[in-house]
Amino acid sequence: MAMLHTVNKSAFENRSLDSCIAHAKPGSSILLFEDGVVAAMEGTVISDKIKSILGDIKVYVLGPDLRARGLSTDKVIDGVTVLEDYGGFVDLVTEHDNVQAWL
Amino acid sequence: MKLSVMINEGPYQHQAADSAYQFTKAALEKGHEIFRVFFYHDGVNVATRFGVPPQDDRNITVLWSELAKEHNLDLVVCVAAAQRRGILDADEAKRHGKDGNNIAPGFRISGLGQLIEAGIQSDRLVVFGD
Repeated sequence: MAMLHTVNKSAFENRSLDSCIAHAKPGSSILLFEDGVVAAMEGTVISDKIKSILGDIKVYVLGPDLRARGLSTDKVIDGVTVLEDYGGFVDLVTEHDNVQAWL
Repeated sequence: MKLSVMINEGPYQHQAADSAYQFTKAALEKGHEIFRVFFYHDGVNVATRFGVPPQDDRNITVLWSELAKEHNLDLVVCVAAAQRRGILDADEAKRHGKDGNNIAPGFRISGLGQLIEAGIQSDRLVVFGD
């Protein structure tokens, strides 16, 4: 059963992304949105951790929340999928069996 | 698909009410049904019609009211969370001896049973919060 995990907090601020990664099963997906988008960027202390899970877990980042924070989609980690709009968020929700918000 | 949305955090303080609005709008545009939007904890503060944000800022309450009117959405506010924060409809104001009510158009006050029902009746429940 493929679960969508949503993470809306910066990985540099609290541990919700770490908790999420520790619990997410292979085949599931993680959506980074709101302040969570910073974890999708290349060249941070958490980039290697994100890269290490990409084989097992699909990672998505919400484009509008990246742009709202002045972050360039060019600097997103290779293999992390940028969702162009909220419609992409909706599609992820319907394509997965259930959704877990890591609030 | 039948979707429900839950909002646990207040407007302007945090992005949750904005994200939930954008998500709901996009879901409707894609032809999905929104079974219910449930406002809980500080999320109930979205439901006051007395908020007056600056003219160049979005009015989150009005955005939700307009979306509800356009798509006949069921916007439900948790009664216990609302009472604590002074969100009242006419019945609640009368019951508690208050001199007015402030619920915005399109919102209604009800209980947690409405959240449980949304979870049971919907294909997905998407939660927004802090």
